[in-house]
Amino acid sequence: MTDNDIFERVAEQIEPFNKKGVELTEATTFATDLEWDSLTVMDFVAAVEDEFDILITMNMQAEIETVGQLVATIRKLTDK
Amino acid sequence: MTDAIDTPEDTTLADLPNPSGPHDLLSKFKPLINEREALLATGVRDPFSIVMTEVKSPTLAVIQGKDTILLGTYNYMGMTFDPDVIAAGKDALEKFGSGTTGSRVLNGTYQGHKECEDALKEFYGTDHAIVFSTGYQANLGVISTLAGKGDYIILDADSHASIYDGCWLGNAEIVRFRHNSVEDLDKRLGRLPKEAGKLVVLEGVYSMFGDIAPLPEMVAVAKKHGAMILCDEAHGMGFFGPNGRGVYEELGCEKDIDFVVGTFSKSVGTVGGFCVSNHPDFEVLRLVCRPYVFTASLPPSVVATAATSIRKLMHAGDKRAHLWKNSRRLHQGLRDLGYTIATETAQSAIIAVMLPDQEKAVMLWQALLEGGLYVNLARPPATPAGTYLLRCSLCAEHSDEQVGQILAIFAAAGRAVGCIA
Repeated sequence: MTDNDIFERVAEQIEPFNKKGVELTEATTFATDLEWDSLTVMDFVAAVEDEFDILITMNMQAEIETVGQLVATIRKLTDK
Repeated sequence: MTDAIDTPEDTTLADLPNPSGPHDLLSKFKPLINEREALLATGVRDPFSIVMTEVKSPTLAVIQGKDTILLGTYNYMGMTFDPDVIAAGKDALEKFGSGTTGSRVLNGTYQGHKECEDALKEFYGTDHAIVFSTGYQANLGVISTLAGKGDYIILDADSHASIYDGCWLGNAEIVRFRHNSVEDLDKRLGRLPKEAGKLVVLEGVYSMFGDIAPLPEMVAVAKKHGAMILCDEAHGMGFFGPNGRGVYEELGCEKDIDFVVGTFSKSVGTVGGFCVSNHPDFEVLRLVCRPYVFTASLPPSVVATAATSIRKLMHAGDKRAHLWKNSRRLHQGLRDLGYTIATETAQSAIIAVMLPDQEKAVMLWQALLEGGLYVNLARPPATPAGTYLLRCSLCAEHSDEQVGQILAIFAAAGRAVGCIA
């Protein structure tokens, strides 16, 4: 799976939560650009976990601010 | 020549860091401060600074000179004014003094602390009981100590703040599952390394909506994946199960829960927290659990009132039955009035009225207070799914007449502010 494939699948998962229709790039931030609160983050993370059959622990989540960082984390977790 | 010590004469307060400048650490709370000021500017009373000038009984207090029915306490079993409880507290206060001024592991364990732990062991039928200074510290201490580096904590997304904080205090990896979803818990446990240590943290009653957990199904899934289980019974103690131990007893999971955490600040009617267990090595926690070791133990009067109350709760069948009757009546009565309640039926003694937004919630809260009724206002982030709630919690000491009055106040207030037709 290339980073591009992961990005596309992440973008699909962001879609239902992207209420303001923000355009997505690797640099898009969840808190500032997408304006997600902690509850939205929780729902989104659960959706991504199920999509890729992985676990993104809350410890990891604390380090992830952008879409690019999430893609990198998913690649690491699925490469195992 | 100048003085050896140069005294700068022009230093004034104006040279000190400006509190509103870029380095003001409180500036991050500005959005909340502004939101609060805007709300109070509409003329409503501050829901988070109520003062009770007199407390007449478990169900009645004086707020701003007015007799007010209390429907927002966790005094489920109404033990705070029990004559035996008060007598035990007074006696201990006189014989052992006002406080221990020390840690449980040094000079802070008195006869009363041991008697309180004995009462808990009897109440729960367990081999071990450890008393903490608050329920918050019990979760903080037990969770952070049980799950260490390389272990996993798997918790419900709607867990209480003390559970989340217990996770952050320790070094374990933290995984959340969707509230009360057995399937979600199963899936997440299945993705964890087989050999890793795992602690599943559940609550009997979730305090915001007052809903209970499907414990038998969750316990089965946790056991299948080799996890240990901690169940917080803060809102279940006293009136669930044949012995009042909690939801886990009512649902028949006693053999499978490894650790039960609870509090004295709800049904027991004082303050303090505890954990009970049959694990043979449980007592080691007294040496390694920082929120147990590095704080002063409970005052002698508090453990004496707790022990007396716990022993009385073992034989409180009539009170339990009345509390359930009150809860079901209020739930049905509020629904009949047209309110939306967070649960389909009265699953616990917490009945959560759902409101569309903060303004309506605060308006109704204030109208109820003016009508002589106190309930708890709950808002995000404490509430799930961004909801605004007026949380009612019943007491075994609410009389039938009081429940009638409560419903009448809800009817009048709801119509006055346009929440119900």
